[in-house]
Formats: sequence, C-alpha cells, structure tokens
Amino acid sequence: MISDPRPLSPHLQIYRWQLTSVLSILHRMTGIALAVGAILLVSWLGAAADGPGPYAKFQNFLGSWIGLVLLFGWSVALFYHTCNGIRHLVWDTGHGLDLKSVYASGWTVIVATAALTIVAWAVGLSRWGL
Amino acid sequence: MAMTRMRSPQMRSPLGRAIGLGSAKEGVEHWWRQRMTAVALVPLVLWFVVAVIGLVGADRAAMVAWVHNPMTAVLLILLLVATFYHAALGLQVVIEDYIHGEAMRLTVLVIMRFLCIVFVVRGILAVLKLALAA
Repeated sequence: MISDPRPLSPHLQIYRWQLTSVLSILHRMTGIALAVGAILLVSWLGAAADGPGPYAKFQNFLGSWIGLVLLFGWSVALFYHTCNGIRHLVWDTGHGLDLKSVYASGWTVIVATAALTIVAWAVGLSRWGL
Repeated sequence: MAMTRMRSPQMRSPLGRAIGLGSAKEGVEHWWRQRMTAVALVPLVLWFVVAVIGLVGADRAAMVAWVHNPMTAVLLILLLVATFYHAALGLQVVIEDYIHGEAMRLTVLVIMRFLCIVFVVRGILAVLKLALAA
C-alpha cells in the first residue's frame, strides 16, 4: 500500500504545460529537424551542380505533396529556431530574464514565427502562380 | 566515523578527488562557438529565405546564374559552414544528453560529425562548381 500522500510525477493528460518549457523543447526539436533539413539545402545545390536532369528531378520532388509538406515544416522550424535563437542571444546578454519578460518574448516568438511563415508562403505561392 | 562524515572543503566527492580529473575546460569554447555561429546565421538565414523566395518558379538557368554571382557564392558557402558547424555543436549536446553508454555515445558523435563534414563538403563543392563554371 502506498501511504505517502505526496503527488506523483505529472500525468501527461492533466499536466498543465508552461509556455517556457514548451518553447524550450521546441527549440531543441526544431534544431534537430533543421539539421536534417540542411541535407535538403545540400541536395538542392548538389542537384543544380549535377546538371539539368538531376535538378529537374529535385524540383519535381519539391513540388510534390511530400516535398511541399517537408518544405513547409522546414520553413516553420527555421523561422521558429531563428526567432527563439535571437531570444536566447538576448538572454545571453543578461536581459529579459524575469518571468514577465520571458513570457512576453515567448509569445512574441510565436507571433513572429506565424507571421514570417505566412508572409513567406504567401509571397512564394503567388510567385509560383497559385 | 566522524572523518567520513566531514564535509570536504572543496565541493567534490572523495572519489572525484581520488580520480583527480578536473573539468576539461572545453565548455566555454563550445558555448562561445555555438553563439558565434548563431549570430552569423541570423542575417545569413534571412538573406537565404528572401533569395529563395525570389527563385520560386525560376528555371535552372536562373538558379545557376544566381549562384554564379560571387556574392551569392560567398554567402552560400558561409551559410553552409555556419549551418553545419552550428548543427554539429547542437546535435553534440543532444547526443550527450540522451545517450548514456560511453561506447554508443562516442560512436554516434563520430558518425554525426563525419556526416556533417560530408554534407558541408558536398555543398561547398556544388557551390564552387556552379560559381566557377565558365
């Protein structure tokens, strides 16, 4: 029998997430995703260097459903990691470390990520003729 | 008795003192390089995103002409180096955090670094080939 009335560790279904820890985890996750995504950048440059055939193949892949989903995920991760990275750089100077500022900058990062993603895709898709 | 209970004047365990290994003093350097590459990547990433959006719908000839510009080639190589350096530093921390077996950790670290080097070299060579093509 468990007689100790102390609470158990957080149960995920009732756990109240905090913006701070969620953004921290997301920074690491998007970092890993971007490291994998950097292969996409190298593949693009490599395909262009290899000639018209490989480049056409790569462009077809990027324009496909999977390619567009990957590209969209990559762009969100890139904007998020960049914005939150700037937030980290500001922290490194010793500024904005109180709880109020941490939450304010956290929401700013979310809004900036959404705005940059929307603008980038709106301009990109309009140029693509959609 | 009382001897073993006594607090060490340094904040180190008896075992730690016996083994006598200090910190490797590499932490600051890692931290600093991660920040340097991060600062470099902010303008490079913004430039790259704007440039790539400009290339949407363009054919290969336009893309090749873009890389042929010396400024583009320089910025692309800087982007590749900063990206894979930053990635290697970040992935190193992730690997060190989650892989606890010494042999496995070392193996994954080495593979990760080799892959980063392979990709950055492949990228730089591609840029050079396009930039230097007549």
